[in-house]
Amino acid sequence: MKMISRFGLGLLLSSSVLTAQAEDVKIGMITTLSGGGSHLGVDVRDGFMLALEQSGRDDVEVLIQDDARRPDLARSLSNEFIQRDDVDILTGIIWSNLAMAVVPSVTRQGTFYLSPNAGPSDLAGRMCHENYFNVAYQNDNLHGAMGAYMREEGYERPIIMAPNYPAGTDALAGFKHLYEGEVVGELYTQMGQTDYAAEIAQIRDSDADSLFFFLPGGMGISFMKQWESSGVDMPIFGAAFSFDEILIKAVGSAAIGARNTSLWAYDLENEANASFVEGFQAAYDRLPTLYAAQGYDTANLILSALETAHPDDKDAFREALRAADFDSVRGEFRFGPNQHPIQDIYVREVVEGDDGEPTNRLIGVAIEDIQDVYYEQCEM
Amino acid sequence: MSVTLLIEQLLNGVQLGTMLFLMASGLTLVFGVMGLINLAHGSFYMVGAYATAAVTASTGSFLIGLAAGMTAAALVGALVELIVIRRLYHRPHLDQVLATFALILIFSEGTRWIFGSSPLWLSPPSWLTGFVTLPGDTRYPVYRLVLIGVGVAIAIALYLLISRTRLGMRIRAGESDREMIGALGVNIAKLYTVVFALGAALAGLAGALVGALQSVQVGMGEPVLILAFVVIVIGGIGSIKGALLGALLVGVVDTLGRVYLPLFFQTFMPPSEATGVGSSLAAMLIYILMAVILAFKPKGLFAAND
Repeated sequence: MKMISRFGLGLLLSSSVLTAQAEDVKIGMITTLSGGGSHLGVDVRDGFMLALEQSGRDDVEVLIQDDARRPDLARSLSNEFIQRDDVDILTGIIWSNLAMAVVPSVTRQGTFYLSPNAGPSDLAGRMCHENYFNVAYQNDNLHGAMGAYMREEGYERPIIMAPNYPAGTDALAGFKHLYEGEVVGELYTQMGQTDYAAEIAQIRDSDADSLFFFLPGGMGISFMKQWESSGVDMPIFGAAFSFDEILIKAVGSAAIGARNTSLWAYDLENEANASFVEGFQAAYDRLPTLYAAQGYDTANLILSALETAHPDDKDAFREALRAADFDSVRGEFRFGPNQHPIQDIYVREVVEGDDGEPTNRLIGVAIEDIQDVYYEQCEM
Repeated sequence: MSVTLLIEQLLNGVQLGTMLFLMASGLTLVFGVMGLINLAHGSFYMVGAYATAAVTASTGSFLIGLAAGMTAAALVGALVELIVIRRLYHRPHLDQVLATFALILIFSEGTRWIFGSSPLWLSPPSWLTGFVTLPGDTRYPVYRLVLIGVGVAIAIALYLLISRTRLGMRIRAGESDREMIGALGVNIAKLYTVVFALGAALAGLAGALVGALQSVQVGMGEPVLILAFVVIVIGGIGSIKGALLGALLVGVVDTLGRVYLPLFFQTFMPPSEATGVGSSLAAMLIYILMAVILAFKPKGLFAAND
């Protein structure tokens, strides 16, 4: 923590000395650093800054602002960044509803936006834009991959559950799209619900053989603890959003045995990932989450494109981004025609780590080269 | 749709109701006795849960943690009353809402500053995990039964406190005529601080007990606070009896609505649409309940100052 602030300060100082140089690149980061769910934003930021630091470049300035998970605030911060600070690239937004409020106007004004997390379907489909790149995933990817995995593993009667809001219904639709079978039941919970006794009783009462759920953040913690004490014996599956390293520590033993899909795992074996995980632990003294990996990849994509062109030369810089010529921590990485990733999705299982605390372990590949279904609606 | 499922859901509803009662009783006492709208009541819930999680982690004992959580919430409540709330009694309700809303922000960010933004780990002790088999082959978690027991015990204790003790007599007197008991020589300032701390302690206890079942995180108190307000409006502001009945009513209606409304719509709609419509309606159900009750009883079921 202390390190990063000193590093940020260093960037600010160096930039104020070098303001006259036209080649400097300014990146604005709007992310969630306070309130509920702020560990996502903190990890995106820390991963992003780690990549910059490892690159050793001192001509890239990053301005960071907290959106407190408020769409209106994110919107006005983006205007400030573009009009007052004249940034070349914007990034950082965690939540889909904030991305929808910010991204279309940013890209229309000619500024590049690279998403390190949110991937709403509209931005992948009918509202896609040549200045918008998603470096993380389209929102359906992880849920769909789990559908494919569970069918492959021979689960025939899954019951599926998500909060009753757009990302929740999208998650279940994405799951069903690649599961391609009948589900025993669909449960919609309330957004921010904390008590799941009613749902657990229904699940027990059904004749399901497995449970898939999408309950991001605190909702997942509450659910899994109550699930454990209910004595229902059924394998559970989900997307990584309910099983990042920080959440499963708060869940404790109740998370053990759960399988989840992720675009990245810290024990994925490749050179870029090894240097990322090692560097992250050295700098911040904790295991990185997938959000940190996404932030790290986003920064490295930008750095790779800067090798060829400056963002002022928009066409050349866009081409360089499209090439995605960087070493991703998730192995192979390339963009589809709508500038969203085509990537492998992995399966991880929560196990008891060496220190007795739960942790994720890579157990296989759920689906290879998954691509979102919206690219056909995208006209660029 | 079996009988065992119905029994289990009724128990779930009662359990939610008893925890809501712990929150609502403090809120309604503070409103009834002091005429104060306290939005920061959810913060005491959070303080109780965080203190319990921290002390349980360092001592290894859930019971010590629970005691520490209640004490911390009571102390914080007393301090808040002495420093901030005291200046608000003669202000209009809008000022009270603004000031206590500011307290929510201060408590939330303060907690994040001390404990970080990641949720804390807190689970029931091992001797309270597991489940019991009830008649009809219903399996029910022991911890939830204990929560119901604690809620009932607190309700009885509050009833005795208010109807049988000197403090209770003063509280009742304060509800009916605030100026008069001051004129009769009761130390009003001290009474207010004690009542406020008592309410905060109950909220802290609820936060700790529920936190072990759910998650201990910043902002955990506000959703419960909204439900608690619904409870005291339904029950009648200032009435402990109203808070108890309102809490049980809200708990049972909310739980059964969430289960049976989607099933009801499935009888004449395609399943995926039915769950969507049913869940949306279930989310509104307690507010509809509140509106209906207020239409017939504008002051709630048991208004204290009738």
